[in-house]
Order: sequence, then C-alpha cells, then structure tokens
Amino acid sequence: MNREQTFKCHKICSGNAEGKTLISEDDICFYLADPKNGKIIEKNHALKGKSVAGRILIFPSGKGSSVVQGDGLYMLKKCETAPRAMIIQHPDTVLVTGAIIMKIPLVDGVEKRFYSEVENGDFVRVDADQGLITLIKKED
Amino acid sequence: MLEGKFGEGVAEAMRIQVALGEAFNAERMVEVSRTHVAFGVMESDVWFVDMLLKGGASCRVPPTSNPIYDEKYLSKIGQRAVKADSLLLQSAHNAYKKIGINLTYNCTPYLEANVPRFGEITAYSESSATVYVNSVCGAKTNRESANSALAAAITGRVPLYGLLLDKNRKGETLVSVEATLRDDFDYHLLGYSASKKIGFRMPVFTGIPSRPSPEELTSLGAQLNTGGAVSMFHMVGVTPEAPDLETAFGGRSPAETLTVTDADLQKLHQSISRKDGKIDFAMFGCPHYSLNQVRNVARLLEGKRIRKNVELWVLTSVHTRELARRMGYLGIIERAGGHIMADTCPDMPCWYRRYDGKVGITDSPKAAYYTVRRGIDYIVKRMPECIEAALKGGC
Repeated sequence: MNREQTFKCHKICSGNAEGKTLISEDDICFYLADPKNGKIIEKNHALKGKSVAGRILIFPSGKGSSVVQGDGLYMLKKCETAPRAMIIQHPDTVLVTGAIIMKIPLVDGVEKRFYSEVENGDFVRVDADQGLITLIKKED
Repeated sequence: MLEGKFGEGVAEAMRIQVALGEAFNAERMVEVSRTHVAFGVMESDVWFVDMLLKGGASCRVPPTSNPIYDEKYLSKIGQRAVKADSLLLQSAHNAYKKIGINLTYNCTPYLEANVPRFGEITAYSESSATVYVNSVCGAKTNRESANSALAAAITGRVPLYGLLLDKNRKGETLVSVEATLRDDFDYHLLGYSASKKIGFRMPVFTGIPSRPSPEELTSLGAQLNTGGAVSMFHMVGVTPEAPDLETAFGGRSPAETLTVTDADLQKLHQSISRKDGKIDFAMFGCPHYSLNQVRNVARLLEGKRIRKNVELWVLTSVHTRELARRMGYLGIIERAGGHIMADTCPDMPCWYRRYDGKVGITDSPKAAYYTVRRGIDYIVKRMPECIEAALKGGC
C-alpha cells in the first residue's frame, strides 16, 4: 500500500516532474557538480559524492556567482544529469533565471509539514502550475 | 510579449522576468532605461544569446558589456591563440553584437559609458557595478545575473521588487570605520573586511576621513560584493541617500554596529596575499583602471625599466587606453616594458594559459580571489609597492 499526501507550494518556474527525492541541508552551486554523472564535488558539502541526476532536489537556496551557477546548470542539462525539479526555500535571481532557461520546474513556499514528512529517496510528484507537491510513501 | 507576439526570443526573456516576479512577489513590471550585461566567454553565455537570437530577439535598451579579452593584442606580442578559445571568443563577439549589446567590454560602465542618474530604474549585472549604481549614483538595480539583465534589455522591463523599492534601501548595520584610509587599496581592504562581517545586511559607513574619489568608491564596492553579497551601501555625507545617519537608516536604529580597525585591515591583508618573493608579472585594473590610476602608474614608471622576464599589465576600457595614448602615459608605460590592454578581465582563459603555476602581484584582492582557483597565485600589495616589485623582479 502507498500513502499519498499533498502539499501546497508556490510556483516559480512552471512544469511537472516526478521522481525520487534528494535532500540537501546545504545551499548548492551547480558549478561544483560533475556534469558527467551529476555528483556534487564540493568539499564538506552535505551531498558530496551524491548525484543530483534525475532527482527531485530539495535544498535551501542556490549560491555562487551568476556566471558559474548558470554554466553549472547548463552543463548538467547538456549531459542529461540535471535534477528533474527543484524545491527550495529562498529564491535568488541566478537560480531562478537558470531554472527557466534550462526548463527545470522550480517551486518554493512549501507547507512546513512537508519538511517533517519527506525523506531521502521518497517518491514525489511536483506540479508547479497547480502549486501542488504529492508525496508518495511506500508502506509495508 | 509573453504570448509570443514579438517572437519566441522575447517570450523567453519575458518568462525569465515573470519567474523572477513570482519568486520575489513583485506586484508588477516596471520599465528600465539602462542595462549592463556581465557575460564572459563561457559556452553557456554564447548558447543562451544564440538561442534568443534564433527566437528573433534584440535589445530594446542596448546594454553595455563586461570585459572579456583582447586576443589580437596577445597574438601581436607572440602569444599563440588556442583554437577552441578563439572560436568561442569569435562566436561570443558575433552573438553579442548581433543581439544589440554595445561592445564596451568594460566593468566600470558607471564611470564613463553608461552612467545612470539618481533614482533611475536599471538592470546592472556586474557585481561591482550593482553596488556602485545603487550606492554612489543612487540609481536602482537588483543583483542581476548576466542572463536576467539581458532579459531586461530585451523586454525593457523588470519585475518591481528588492532594491527597486525605497523601503528596501535603508541601512541596517552601522559600520564605524576607525582604520586609516590612505588610497584606493585601503578601500579594497575595507570592503573585503567589512563584507565578511556584514552578511546580507545593508551597511552604513561612518568615519570615512575625506571625500572619497570615484576610484576609492569603486574599489570599496567591488570588494563588498566579492568577499560577500552586499549590493548596496550608504556612506554618511557621501552617498546621495545618506545625507545624515537618520535618513540612511530610514528613522530606525541600527540592527547591529561593527567597527573596522587598522588591525582588521592588516589581518585581512595577510590572509589574502601570498608571502613576499619573486614575481613573474604585475596585474593592475581589477576593476578597470581609470585615467587617473593609469597616470599614477605612468609617473612611477617614467624613465625606468621593468625587470627582465617580468611582465606588467594595466587593464582599462578602450576609452581610457585611447586617452592614455593621447596623454603620453601609454608611451611611458610601454617604454618601461609594460602594457596597457583594453577590453580584458584578469579572470579569463588567456591568463591561465600564460601564467599557469606562476606568481603575480596585484593591488586587487578581487583579482587574486577569482584566479587562485586556476593555478595563478598572487601577492597583494599597494600599487606603488607592486610597481617597485615589477622593477626589481620581486619583493
């Protein structure tokens, strides 16, 4: 049996995506991800060695200068190792612009209880246009 | 625009503006009258501009552009161009020109080619430009990315949020400057040191000894947005939105008070500079040197000769270089064995190719910060000391 829960969110970049979650407590600079496999290579990063490829990426905020962050997302998208959607807390100009250009759905302002429910590897459906996130938990 | 009436390129630019509006809860769009785009020569920069061009976009508000590098100058002095670099540089040049970007290739547009007036709504994307435009000119811009600034140039609009709103332009942190500020180098150190302490709050500087020059304010702004993410500052009695302390803080009291002393500047200076020693080259002009700064270099080099095997670079705008030629400074610097190079930024592939594993000396902590990742190590010192080192081959 699966248990489905829905949460409201705020659309920034439109689109739909679904997949497994990857949660980062740290802000992310995509320039410090290896485009070949999507793995984060930044020293001391919460996701060091983990791949963002094809994931629904949950993190607080983007970081890094406009040039490097933009190029980082571009290279991931080109190598098909970009995340499928991004769920953030604090938007910044560079990340928002990058997400629009690379057509990656981006939402913020998710209901607080989402963060206490969601775990790494959970299956999530993001519908940015409807402002809805569906969390599907497998139950034994 | 969003529906494609003006073509897919304009629609894409508008989608960026709408998403930013969504992200920052903007009520509406407002028109911009000036823009500056900080594109480099990254593959993604060229890809983005080409995509907009294919969609039929062009700039309604022609932006000025950031420096890249002058490959022709380097090849004239014998540096062989790497083919992949050349091709990318050429396609960047063509794409930027075609979409209607003014090819000023200069990072201090607010001093000569693109000077906003007080209160003007603009979109500037170079980190030092954002700070100067907001703080010293009193014009309004958010901390744009190169892509969002180009979207503003194409649509002629930006969402109304952040620093475009008067309520968000009030000081939060009082920075009392007790350090001695002698020249623009001290302002570099002040900006870098203060930004580490300030975080995201807007600083209000007091205790600045004399009326600072444009070069000193440029240096301060560049470092505030390198060491940290400060997009605007107030300086009581100097910047237009800070005639007095009360106005600078919008009638509120400071959330925090910081002090910057000589000891802070010295400590920072030590932390960012490589130890004294032999040098391979000297680099000036990050941000681009003004004519006054070029003159100061020329005075120190007049009748002298830079040490053999040491190279000296002064980076400026094409306007400044031409004026320096006319004033005789170019001749003086060239006779001493140095170069004045237009259109060029120290954080470009031509320098990594030339100086990989080498040691430079510079008066700019920003130049040292960005290039250390690429195998170039810098000693950071005051300009006259850098010149001295270039004459002797080290310090």
